Amino acid sequence: METEKISLGTQLFGYQLDNPIIPASGTFGFGYEFADYYDINILGSISLKGTTKEARYGNPLPRIAECPSGMINAIGLQNPGVEKVRTEELSKLKRYYSKKVIANVGGHSFEEYVYVSSAFNDSESVLAVELNVSCPNVKGGGLVFGNDPEVLGRLVKEVKKSCTKPLIVKLSPNVKDISEMAISAESNGADAISAINTLLGMRIDLKTRKPVISVGKGGYSGKGVFPVAVKMVNDIFKAVSIPIIGMGGISSSYDVIEMMMAGARCVMVGTANLIDPYACKEIIEELPITMKKLGICNLSEIVGCASI
Amino acid sequence: MKKEVLKVLSNEKLTETIFEMRLSGSSPMLPGQFVELLIPGFSLRRPFSVAEYDKGILTIIYKVMGRGTEEMTTIKKNTKIDTLTGLGRGFSLSGSEHPLLIGGGIGIAPLIYLARVLYEREKSVKILLCGRCNNDLIKQEEIGKYGEVFFATDDGSCGFKGNALEAAQSLFKQTDHYYACGPMPMLKALATNNKKGELSLEAHMGCGFGACMGCSIQTTDGPKRVCKEGPVFQAGEVIF
Repeated sequence: METEKISLGTQLFGYQLDNPIIPASGTFGFGYEFADYYDINILGSISLKGTTKEARYGNPLPRIAECPSGMINAIGLQNPGVEKVRTEELSKLKRYYSKKVIANVGGHSFEEYVYVSSAFNDSESVLAVELNVSCPNVKGGGLVFGNDPEVLGRLVKEVKKSCTKPLIVKLSPNVKDISEMAISAESNGADAISAINTLLGMRIDLKTRKPVISVGKGGYSGKGVFPVAVKMVNDIFKAVSIPIIGMGGISSSYDVIEMMMAGARCVMVGTANLIDPYACKEIIEELPITMKKLGICNLSEIVGCASI
Repeated sequence: MKKEVLKVLSNEKLTETIFEMRLSGSSPMLPGQFVELLIPGFSLRRPFSVAEYDKGILTIIYKVMGRGTEEMTTIKKNTKIDTLTGLGRGFSLSGSEHPLLIGGGIGIAPLIYLARVLYEREKSVKILLCGRCNNDLIKQEEIGKYGEVFFATDDGSCGFKGNALEAAQSLFKQTDHYYACGPMPMLKALATNNKKGELSLEAHMGCGFGACMGCSIQTTDGPKRVCKEGPVFQAGEVIF
């Protein structure tokens, strides 16, 4: 097989992505700072830092704890607020990135989710809104919406009434049955699912005998969660027919292909960006080489092929 | 920021818990900037201030705090280490003719490079080294080449018996600007007492280059990242 015949392209909501690689929300800021390191136009899209109605500082430090195969974070949705994101951050990013992006939306109430997600209706550079119903780091926050299929369904329905962008619902792995959550999102109008968010975790400082993270617990991510994510993405693939954006511990082109075989149409790369700022670039460069090795011409042919 | 593979030239014990590692192959670094080393077997990079930089050779001084730094002590000469160099914003190098450098414990490390650069710019440099005991006051001889050195220890085993702020009081009168690095309580005490200075902060970091917001502190000008807008901040802007 010749490398020239290999196609990395994929479609999301009728929009052509040059490749399926999207930096995950919270690991890439608002994108433009990575333009100092490489030409970010090579990225399929970018999922922006989670945005709320008002500016938030987030949780006290420390917010980070290292783990053997990843990390725990409890940032607590630090962001400058939706108005500033819409008017300042998006236009800053536009100077460096010519493709469309995904706006990630967090919240504490139905009203906040509705308000923030519809605030992007007129933002031309926003391809879709990703609803973070699974942030483990905000008190009384997203997680409540993320672990009850009935509440999630109502939220999705409300948001769809006013948000005119395609809606991606980002699911938490900290639930009894993630397929149920996906089915509820789909049947209430979600246009895609992204999964998985972080797994709840905790580390203890052996000297102070207290949790490392100021608020006790946080979200575990990185290489260690990859097999869990593959399984859950496959569960979702078997339960719904809307596209799935797979994520959780992806750090190489091999992981991308495995996640797509589980059922993902495209993937998000998260923690890997924090350890190596060039992670997405390296994955995009090695992807055609790995595809060639595996005899894959077109990525669309492998989506969900591993389902049994 | 640059991602570079550096080679270990030496890795030596300075005291029971403090080590000095020299690495070659680094892009230029400014005083107060930091590097992040990826230690084999550990997930996240570890940030270290630059204790000295000269023609591609970088020196870091680290204290054994946990399993990562413990593992670092076993790293042999010629080992190659995946490193991010040139991180963060360093100390301002102009505007003061009579600077005072205040280092607490391992916080002395970045002040060595700063002291040399200020000395080479012909500033009249005063340096206050603080710690619990004499053993904490590393690199006394080296730093002594660049200015007049004063000591303060909690137990009185070297110099003034007392804390950094008490020892700094009389020196503040003879200087026009201070640079401090050390434990948070020390920085807080200094900043509360005297706003005419710069503080180099330490934080648990996820990435080290501004992506994760893991190290954001509160300032009078909103949240700022220790790794990106810092690690050096104006004494008056940090909200403790």
